[in-house]
Amino acid sequence: MFPTRRDFLKVTAATAAALASPQLRVDAGGQLSAPSADPFVLELANEALTAARGAGASYADARVGRYRRQDITTRERQVQGVNDSESYGIGVRTLINGCWGFAATSQMTKDGVRRAALEAAFMSRAAQAVQRRRVELAPVTPVTGTWITPVRRDPLDVPLEEKVALLLATNEAALKAKGVRFVNSSLQQLREIKTLVTSEGTNVTQTFIRVGPSFSATAVGDDDFQSYEEELAPRGMGWEYVESLAMPVNAERWASIAVEKLKAKSVEAGQWDLILEPTNLWLTIHESIGHPTELDRVLGEEANYAGTTFAAPPEKMLGQFKYGPAFMNVQADRTQEGSLSRVAWDDEGVSADQWLIVDKGVLKDYQTTRDLAGRIQKFTGVTRSHGCSFADSWRSVQFQRMPNISLLPGEQDIGITEIVAATERGILIRNRGSWSIDHQRYNFQFSGQAFYEVRNGKIAGMLRDVAYQANTPAFWNSMDMIGGRSSYWLGGTFTDGKGEPSQSSSVSHGCVPARFRNVTILNTRRTA
Amino acid sequence: MRAQDRGPSAGSGALLSREEARALADRVLKLSTADETRVNITSEWSGNTRFADSSITTSGGVTNVSVRVTAVVGRRRASATTNVLDDQSLKRTVDLAVSLARLSPEDPELMPELGPQTYPSVRAFVERTADLDPEVRNAAVKRAVDAATAAGKPAGAVFTAGFLEANATVVAVATSKGLFAYHQSTDAAFSMTSRTPDGTGSGWSSGGARDWSRIDPASIGRIAAQKAVASRNPQAIPPGLYTAVLEPQAVNDLVPLLSNALNARTADEGRSPFSKSGGGNRIGEKVADERVTLYSDPADPLLLGRPFDLDGLPIGRTVWIEKGVLRNLAYSRFWAQKQGVRPTPLSGGLSLTGGTRTTEEIIAGCERGILVTHFWYIRSLDPRTVLQTGLTRDGVFLIEKGKVTRGVKNFRWNESPLLMLNRLEDIGRSELTQAGQIMPSLRIRDFNFTSLSDAV
Repeated sequence: MFPTRRDFLKVTAATAAALASPQLRVDAGGQLSAPSADPFVLELANEALTAARGAGASYADARVGRYRRQDITTRERQVQGVNDSESYGIGVRTLINGCWGFAATSQMTKDGVRRAALEAAFMSRAAQAVQRRRVELAPVTPVTGTWITPVRRDPLDVPLEEKVALLLATNEAALKAKGVRFVNSSLQQLREIKTLVTSEGTNVTQTFIRVGPSFSATAVGDDDFQSYEEELAPRGMGWEYVESLAMPVNAERWASIAVEKLKAKSVEAGQWDLILEPTNLWLTIHESIGHPTELDRVLGEEANYAGTTFAAPPEKMLGQFKYGPAFMNVQADRTQEGSLSRVAWDDEGVSADQWLIVDKGVLKDYQTTRDLAGRIQKFTGVTRSHGCSFADSWRSVQFQRMPNISLLPGEQDIGITEIVAATERGILIRNRGSWSIDHQRYNFQFSGQAFYEVRNGKIAGMLRDVAYQANTPAFWNSMDMIGGRSSYWLGGTFTDGKGEPSQSSSVSHGCVPARFRNVTILNTRRTA
Repeated sequence: MRAQDRGPSAGSGALLSREEARALADRVLKLSTADETRVNITSEWSGNTRFADSSITTSGGVTNVSVRVTAVVGRRRASATTNVLDDQSLKRTVDLAVSLARLSPEDPELMPELGPQTYPSVRAFVERTADLDPEVRNAAVKRAVDAATAAGKPAGAVFTAGFLEANATVVAVATSKGLFAYHQSTDAAFSMTSRTPDGTGSGWSSGGARDWSRIDPASIGRIAAQKAVASRNPQAIPPGLYTAVLEPQAVNDLVPLLSNALNARTADEGRSPFSKSGGGNRIGEKVADERVTLYSDPADPLLLGRPFDLDGLPIGRTVWIEKGVLRNLAYSRFWAQKQGVRPTPLSGGLSLTGGTRTTEEIIAGCERGILVTHFWYIRSLDPRTVLQTGLTRDGVFLIEKGKVTRGVKNFRWNESPLLMLNRLEDIGRSELTQAGQIMPSLRIRDFNFTSLSDAV
């Protein structure tokens, strides 16, 4: 029984004062400064920790999140929706006799957070009836500090008229492309202020700013329609990034690709060499390297939902499994500039890290959190967590989520032009299309937005109905060319799902163009 | 520990009552200076237990109340949402919605907010679901794990992982024109995966309902383990067109994907499988086998859906496909007015009417085919035909001469739930597959399995 429902309706005035978004200040370099922790938030977090300890918790953390989101969606010459939302609350995690408990509430009063702490402790105790393995936490040095995504202008502070004008100008330009009937563009913006206080003495407040624009156009022909979506990567960046995309300048060219697709030749299914631009390859990396190397999947904790992984067990894979050719290096990185998964500290207060997942083609390490790192320590020699703990809201429990995972550039500084020139018969794919991969990350099938036939080192026309299907280890071992430093590009997604109940995280993937030999190409057209 | 010290362990007392929701809506409406205002309130409690390898990994409980304010000024409109409910924060949120609306361009498709409506009575709240506290949940998990351990014995010590979730939710809508709608519901879901220690067998089972008592954790655990044991050492059979028997959970993964296509506007605009050649839509045309009837009805005692949409528009029974003929498409209020028809919301649960045979009888009628437990990672390939790609998972078996003979390796497939319903061989008895969804087993001719997957 929860006797205080009326408390929802009479929260203290102190809460209101705490919620009013803090004014972000600009520093001498023209960038926004990190706000420090709100005293009211700290008071509540400490109240929760005191209650958790009083209930017997050997470890506890209290995470207060303030999320402000704004989505603007448009079609053709109209705005479909402007939605602004804020969400504020606390999540309390307790460890009692090696069992986790977690409870969250939006009732930001001393009484509300105390109840959440007791609820978490109750869950920890109830879990002992089933628990076989005790949770052990990897060591961490307690830290105090603040951090903010480096931006000059927070997109949420840009006047709405300016943002709407940009999107409508984009649509107007796209409608100039002859044959284009429908255009959609949108802008997602997020500002997240997160305070983490732990019973071990960590006390950090971070402000994350992320922005995600989108654009798509649809051309309608005789009993046919084709769409094209431009790959406008979401980033942990400010309004200056959105401006740099020059959407109104490029939109007509993007839209005309949808029209071209109506007349493109349907692909001949079979084995082809495949050239993937970074705008397509980032998602293949995400699905076939990012997810398989999540340690919670390796240990079976995602078995009932996202699945397990071929990259297990650790003792047989680490240092032994040949993921790809010797020039293949894949880096995990929570420090990368402009990336979506960049932090100063993760949701357990672990400092951001950078480490190799694949080293010279061989699997070297996984993505770890404090409660999992110890279980592979004897194989990796790494005692610390790599800092991959994340919760998508104050209401969600933190668990292992993907850091930015990127394919590092090759030694030779070549790009897509040189790769095409070196290819006799192939298909070049741009931007992400449909994507699907099995629950152990072997069999995948990906598509794209624009497909081009390559003949004797030259682009020989446009194709359609293309998907590539492969087995992860065979695919990466068929890679024989990659681009160099100047062809590197950072893609990413705002919404990567995992966990039960499902949580959504944002993650970036940098990569260079690459060529893969003899890949199975499917024709996806079907009529009966 | 005394019950009152536990915090929000259970949902039955944590939700806003009708009077509290109305009072909150009135407070918001009074603060608004907009020409028209709508308030959408969600009050929720959720409790979950997640486990793997016979240990609880993450579990949690959440209470939250959020208020979304939609302000209309002239022909301009915007929304703002908050979950902080003191007067000052509510006022700030209302003012934000009004100021965003003033800054937005005029919306040529704006429809006026609705006045008072009448709704069918739907009793979708079950107290025992809302009272599913951590101790009760963990006891259920233990029953399921014990049943799986016993059923999995032939394969050794099976690995189990699963998830149990209970939700209690209140949704209320109010407008400045006097509309007020209030609905409370519960739902529970329990799913479990069992894997054999040799790594070659995997099985899964699940149940979902508004009423927790309709879910049998021991049965779910037993079936998951039995499937894991039976699917060991799967045989690779060449991909191709096979007769497929889809269990109700597999049908539950595929058929609801038709919902996206059941939209009148995209059909009328020429970008849907229900677009008519030369313009308009295909209402009245045969689009599936004549045994196919697909409908939504919040008042159906098994579906128990919310009887109104987010505008507060009442939702009644809508038959989308009747005996294979497309009868209705979803019309937003704007598109309905433009086309001169009644608006039709796309919600209220989904039911594919079944036949009388059990899944075992559907299998018995199959000379040679593939039995599918459920699907995974389904993504659209071609909206013109609702073509999808995805994979089989956790129990795929060969059927020979009416009997399940052995486990086979998982397949990737490229198939359309719409085209597939034109290749129907048989349709089984419908069952509740999740809260608000009823699906039968189906036997489909020439299901397109395109490649093999090494995943177990």
